[in-house]
Amino acid sequence: MQETMEKTLAMKDYLVEVNRILEKNNYSESRLIPILQEVQAVYKYLSKDIISYVANSIGVPPSRVYGVATFYAHFALKPKGKYVFRLCDGTACHVKKSHGILNAIYERLKLTPEKNTSDDLLFTVETVSCLGACGLAPVVLMNDEVHGQATPDQILAIVDRIIEAEKAEQSK
Amino acid sequence: MANVIDLEKIAADFKAAAGKLHRRIVICGGTGCVANGSMLVRDEMARQLKKLGEDVELEFKTEENGEQCNFTGTYLSKSGCQGFCQMGPLVHIEPDKILYTKVKVSDVKEIVTETLVKGNVIDRLLYVAPNGEHCQGDSTIPFYNRQKRVVLSNCMIEPENVKEYIARGGYFGARKAVTEMTAEQVCQTVLDAGLRGRGGGGFPTGLKWKFTLASQNAKKYVICNGDEGDPGAFMDRSVMEGNPHAVIEGMMIAAKAIGADEGYVYVRAEYPLAVKRMHRAIADAEKAGLLGDNLFGANFSFRVHVMEGAGAFVCGEETALIASIEGKRGMPMPKPPFPAQSGLWGKPTVINNVETLASVPYILREGAQVYRACGTEKSPGTKTFALTGHVANTGLIEVPFGTTLREIVYNIGGGVTNNDGKVTGEDFKAVQIGGPSGGCLTKEMLDLEMDFDTLKTVGAMVGSGGLVVMNNQTCMIKIARFFMQFTQNESCGKCVPCREGTKQMLALLDDIIEGRADENTLELLEVTAKAVQMGSLCGLGKTAPNPVLSTLRYFRDEYESHVYKKICPTGECKALAKPEILADKCKGCTACARKCPVGAITGEVKKPHVLDADKCIKCGACKATCKFGAIIGL
Repeated sequence: MQETMEKTLAMKDYLVEVNRILEKNNYSESRLIPILQEVQAVYKYLSKDIISYVANSIGVPPSRVYGVATFYAHFALKPKGKYVFRLCDGTACHVKKSHGILNAIYERLKLTPEKNTSDDLLFTVETVSCLGACGLAPVVLMNDEVHGQATPDQILAIVDRIIEAEKAEQSK
Repeated sequence: MANVIDLEKIAADFKAAAGKLHRRIVICGGTGCVANGSMLVRDEMARQLKKLGEDVELEFKTEENGEQCNFTGTYLSKSGCQGFCQMGPLVHIEPDKILYTKVKVSDVKEIVTETLVKGNVIDRLLYVAPNGEHCQGDSTIPFYNRQKRVVLSNCMIEPENVKEYIARGGYFGARKAVTEMTAEQVCQTVLDAGLRGRGGGGFPTGLKWKFTLASQNAKKYVICNGDEGDPGAFMDRSVMEGNPHAVIEGMMIAAKAIGADEGYVYVRAEYPLAVKRMHRAIADAEKAGLLGDNLFGANFSFRVHVMEGAGAFVCGEETALIASIEGKRGMPMPKPPFPAQSGLWGKPTVINNVETLASVPYILREGAQVYRACGTEKSPGTKTFALTGHVANTGLIEVPFGTTLREIVYNIGGGVTNNDGKVTGEDFKAVQIGGPSGGCLTKEMLDLEMDFDTLKTVGAMVGSGGLVVMNNQTCMIKIARFFMQFTQNESCGKCVPCREGTKQMLALLDDIIEGRADENTLELLEVTAKAVQMGSLCGLGKTAPNPVLSTLRYFRDEYESHVYKKICPTGECKALAKPEILADKCKGCTACARKCPVGAITGEVKKPHVLDADKCIKCGACKATCKFGAIIGL
């Protein structure tokens, strides 16, 4: 009994933000995409629990919310790393050899297109179709930081800096 | 009618206040320049100027608490994307007419002490043309002075200041449409101007509006399509970032023309700055009384919402975009019914592209005839293109329809670059136009006068206006594969020919690139392409095979070389590479043997080395190390 109570209370705290977002959007079905965007901004990804919770709250089957969440590239169903590298693979970046950067960073972090988040949840590497900064091709986004006319060495240096900083943080 | 906005007064006040400025320094605040630190440059400049005792403003006010401002210091304004992203951060100094390029924070002190105080021009920060000439202002730079900017003409203004937009003639067109014209007259004016949809198809905008006007319904919607998904195109981003009020004004005019009172701007979520600027512009317009009820004192209301996309290319298609705003999976619907009859929530809806809407205020202000004065008979006006790839000047350009590719690539773009970034004059291979729906333009088409119709005749299309220049070290099959991979990824899955066909085409292209193709591959590729074209509902599937068909048409010999001879003429396809060491060039320095990760290169010191093709993994490390050019075939 005690345990269930504790779990329920913890869940209640966990869902405070979702409730606020649902409230703000009037529990409206047509606001589903903005709701999911805001929820993801807070929780970093959409867990199965949250998908079901949102579906029940706005009165649609979970399959419908799941359908939307899997359709759009922006929604993540798995947790992402603390540092997300997004490599632009638009036409301009592609012809300026963006794949060289991608391969280098995959190799350094031992990641693949299938397994794109490191086990320690530090790094995620993904490609995006076009960031619209073609004049700076090739472009790499590290979280919100834009790196234009990037080279493999330059991006690997950023990776190394992060690893160093994280190590220093941990040993403190 | 006390709250009717007085555009003339706002414009006059702004101009009067701007005339009192000592200097105005415009620092580009587009995505590209911000990424390179332009806002840090601005902060540093403010700091340095203040240190010298100069009055500095970052936000320009014409009045405060009803009193005219008399600011006579330096105004450090930011602008939208000026198009010359590669040279950023860009700093314009007015009235001195100086443009500094690639300005770093460390350059600021020198700019302040040398240029702003002493009036000297700093030579090393000027743009250097490919011919070596140092250009002081943008009027002397071919990249700028050979363009004709209409939609982009306001890219130097502060995008977050509605008053400056008004001072440049903004909202006068909307006022004219709302207060002096009937809905039919607005439609007719745009039809007379010959404006065609800039999203790709080129459908006459006025006609689209007329159809929507004809649908009887109390509720109608205007949607601005800013889901610019084509890789290699960024004009809509630039317009939304740099001139958001032109988009709102265009939507307002469209609303008047069709009888709508509500609008949505659908912006790609990959464009955070555009989202932010649109939100800000809408809030400012509401505050100024330019959005809301009884606009300009007339019986006309209009409100705009921003909807952020969630990363699906197919949402650029009208019906898919509508589904997405309604909170559904963005899948296209069969047409008819067209959105003009039944669109958002079943109401008549007009959907126009960002650039189309941003062209509308100019047409209303200046009249249809002025608009028709440039461009071609069937495609009047100007078009923005995103010029990227292997070209000396990459960036955003605007030229009249009918401009030749040669003018764009060689005169505005400054020529084709090789893989080392040098312009040699002999590297042009092709230009890919229109992204994943478009096709290739070859050397023979350099003098083609480009408009909607001429491009169709050569199997390409204007599309969204991405121009990707490719040098002759680029493998066309790999480019076709790149686009195929993109459309295969982005196919929404509704139509089987598109979902499965693009997958099969991709597999066939992989066969060609990896040396598994046989004499049936090319034919099979063409048959599949035709099936995908015929069996798909929306533009994505219908045009997905275009890059393949277009490269097959113009570069068939390259395909055949891959298939029959198993040779990639550019050497880009690693699986087909046949590396060997030229004995007469090899000096036996052993550098390559030491670099080889798999020990495929053997030989004695000072004697020609040998490469074992069976062991080689074709990584190219040896070629990169060799100083004598002895390693070929990689």
